[in-house]
Amino acid sequence: MTAPTDLRAAALPQAGRRPARRPQPRLSKAVGYLFTGPYVLFALAFGIGPAVYAVLLSFSAPDGDFAGVSNYARVLDDFRFIPAVVHVGLYLALWLVSLLVFVVLLTLMVHAISVRWLSGALRLAYYLPGALAGASSVLLWLFMLNPSASPAAWLLRLMGFESFASTIAPDGLPIIFTLIAFWSGAGGWIVVMYGALNNIPHEVMEAARIDGCGPVQMALKIQLPLLRKWIAYMAVLSLAGGTQIFVEPTMLSQASNGQVPNDYSINQLAYLYAFNIRDFNASAAIAVMLLVVALALSAIFVWRGGLFETEDV
Amino acid sequence: MVLAVFALFFVVPLVWVLFAMTKSGGELQRTAAFAPGSLSGLAGNWAQLSSFQDGAVTGWFTNSVVYSAGALVLTLVISIPAGYALALTEFRGRKLLLVMTLVVMLMPSTALVLPVFLEMNQVGLIGSPLAVILPFSFYPYGVYLTFIYYSTSIPSSLLEAARLDGCNEIQVFWRVALPLATPVVALVGFFSFVQNWNNYFLPFVMLPSSDRYPMQVGLSTLLSSTPAFNPSAAGSQSVQLPALALATVVSVLPVLVVFLFSQRFLVAGMTAGGTKE
Repeated sequence: MTAPTDLRAAALPQAGRRPARRPQPRLSKAVGYLFTGPYVLFALAFGIGPAVYAVLLSFSAPDGDFAGVSNYARVLDDFRFIPAVVHVGLYLALWLVSLLVFVVLLTLMVHAISVRWLSGALRLAYYLPGALAGASSVLLWLFMLNPSASPAAWLLRLMGFESFASTIAPDGLPIIFTLIAFWSGAGGWIVVMYGALNNIPHEVMEAARIDGCGPVQMALKIQLPLLRKWIAYMAVLSLAGGTQIFVEPTMLSQASNGQVPNDYSINQLAYLYAFNIRDFNASAAIAVMLLVVALALSAIFVWRGGLFETEDV
Repeated sequence: MVLAVFALFFVVPLVWVLFAMTKSGGELQRTAAFAPGSLSGLAGNWAQLSSFQDGAVTGWFTNSVVYSAGALVLTLVISIPAGYALALTEFRGRKLLLVMTLVVMLMPSTALVLPVFLEMNQVGLIGSPLAVILPFSFYPYGVYLTFIYYSTSIPSSLLEAARLDGCNEIQVFWRVALPLATPVVALVGFFSFVQNWNNYFLPFVMLPSSDRYPMQVGLSTLLSSTPAFNPSAAGSQSVQLPALALATVVSVLPVLVVFLFSQRFLVAGMTAGGTKE
């Protein structure tokens, strides 16, 4: 589930700019209520309402009585819970590191290309896979990882994978999920970072060059600090999105006839609780935990990240 | 060099799948990865795909169109006026609404899927198309984009002039503010469409019956009917690998087309929205 995030990012360079303060024509209050009314309604029904309801459920027994933290205790005691957290943690570590390192490196390198069509073509090539998200990208990678169909079969065999079953052995799954997420998501971020680099005034770069900065120093002393906010933004969104991983393990589980377990990630476990044993209270408990993580990450970023200094937020 | 290797990494799977969908099952095994198949191979794969469960694939595709388009319209109707009002009016709770919008916008939408499911289950909407279209239409990012656009790039004198000409507030919005915001309307529509088209988790939990699936969820049904991945699926309803490749392409076709043109479109949207300092 990475694509929405990246798409969101793709349009954001404008958001970093501080809107000019100017006296705004203030319409009447009534118009404010009228125009935001439907939005508020939807926010209550599909944002705040479900969240509150999930919290309530997570502290209730099936008959509606107050159940204290027993739902949470049951979930935490589940022998599958800790492994699921570990799986997601491993995947997140791998994915974040590769995203940070390669996106920054690739952006700097593409930005250093002076041939315009070449840099444009490269960005398009990196960015296009973003069109495939969710199930489509997973499906495509099932082909890529299947030695009997993959165009990179020679590479798979070179690495000792003779069959599809061996490429998707459980220990390697974080790498596979990282591959898929990076493939469909990195390009959008490269385009965003590229745009941010373009905002650096030409004179600044020129002055640094005259002062004797090489390309590496230039990157370290000028470009990276200016990208810092965007890098933090990418890290926070990716971290929050990554904790939710669901489609990838679900599809792999289907494709491997259960060789990849269907309780690999935290969200899958929450899904199983709701759909297999109809234990909505325990499912809500897991959902609330995931929601708290997502909410905390995004709230911290809104207040501390500094990207969204719009007039008065 | 590094750049080229990465370009290959990103592009090869895309190109490969375009070749794979034109081959027969045997050709996929025998011929080189990037040897073209044939039009008859493509036609054969399409025939196999469209006969799957009596045309289930076309049904899924239609569902995807209905869900994404329905949500697109609702999203625009809800988000554009809200962003406009947030930018240009003063009312109680405005700041709170802005902060809420920002926070929810940065949250992964998947975080709310199970809570929304539990709620929908309570009100008995599970299985109805509304159970995906309505949640899709709560789109804080669209409101935020519109807010930024109106608070930075609409000259207030224009709206004043319209008011002096005797327009009431709703006419000002409809006749002046909305036409000026075409770029941001397009942008919000684009993002909403792409995100909803590609969404898997929400429809997966909301719509249990196959004839309601959107394309993304349908893909996983196809996957479990592919003997190459699921040996127990062999039989008359089975799907061969090249047909599955074709299904992958079909599932992203609308988005891929939009993406091909979108870099330029995006930049146009951005400069329209963000250059006025």
